[in-house]
Amino acid sequence: MERIEAIKRIAEQLNDELVICNIGFPSRELYHVKDSPTHFYMLGSMGMASSIGLGLTLAQERKVVVLDGDGSVLMNMGSLVTIYNQSPENLILVVLDNECYGSTGSQCSYAKTVDLLELAKSVGFKETFLLKSDVDYKNFKNVLETKGPVFVHVKVDPGNADVPIIDLEPEKIKSRFMGEVKRID
Amino acid sequence: MESSQAVYEALKSAGIDFVVSLPCVNLGKIMEMVDCDSDIIHVPVTREEEGFGICAGAFMGGKNPAILMQNSGLGNSVNVLASLFKLYNFPILMIMSHRGTVGEFMSAQVPMGKATPRVLDALEIAYFHPKIPEEALKIIPEAWILAKTASAPLGILLDINFW
Repeated sequence: MERIEAIKRIAEQLNDELVICNIGFPSRELYHVKDSPTHFYMLGSMGMASSIGLGLTLAQERKVVVLDGDGSVLMNMGSLVTIYNQSPENLILVVLDNECYGSTGSQCSYAKTVDLLELAKSVGFKETFLLKSDVDYKNFKNVLETKGPVFVHVKVDPGNADVPIIDLEPEKIKSRFMGEVKRID
Repeated sequence: MESSQAVYEALKSAGIDFVVSLPCVNLGKIMEMVDCDSDIIHVPVTREEEGFGICAGAFMGGKNPAILMQNSGLGNSVNVLASLFKLYNFPILMIMSHRGTVGEFMSAQVPMGKATPRVLDALEIAYFHPKIPEEALKIIPEAWILAKTASAPLGILLDINFW
């Protein structure tokens, strides 16, 4: 499955959840398929998606879904250890794994040889899911209702959709998102 | 006044309620005080860069964040400071034990110690340099107000002779 299709199927099932989306094409693809004030699009700081998500879960009670990538998880692997130890019930870490650095030309990542789901399990994550079949995607609601921290492994094909860059200023992305966090919290 | 007590009290009067940390021999006591304080969420991290990411998320969740770290951690965090904090205008109070300054006994600390102010300058991050505990007690709360007003990271460099 293409990554944009996986993002679309996940995004369709989100309502009030806050979303931290990884740098590069994943954010562009999410912005293209569905934009919302509940989305924080990363434009820089590769590797930081899971960390931003962790900080947000510890600061407030709303559910947070992080859309991360294999290269980014590998860049900030200590984050898995910190998340496990802090154990936020409202964090769902979704790793869109295409086994490559998709936004820079699909150079191979070590996710080809290292199973990130097994890695998360070995760190201690008790709630882990693999999204593969249509049924898995349809049941994503169950994932959202699971007490976190949850690790979701999504295997996708390499490649990026032909979508435009995000025409929002960074300050706008932040202030819009923070307004949304305050709205319900 | 005792140096660690001064920094802790300054963080409290600044209204800091979210702290990430990586140990330095000079920060041990403050880390303990922060950890025992039920009004402060304390998150030990594996790398300073990660700590900055966590603080950006915590700020968006309504917290007033600070990082406790050795100045070596600044080197680990250059990109997150530039392409997250400066890009999106996030505030954070950076309490840095500044090794490699006068009185340093480990030569290995000297190169990063020397580079630290210049790395901060290159990132256009303002910083204060309190020399004694009383000065830290006064400057740190003012620094946080400045960080929040400017929506920018702000550094506090605490030399070896401060402790």
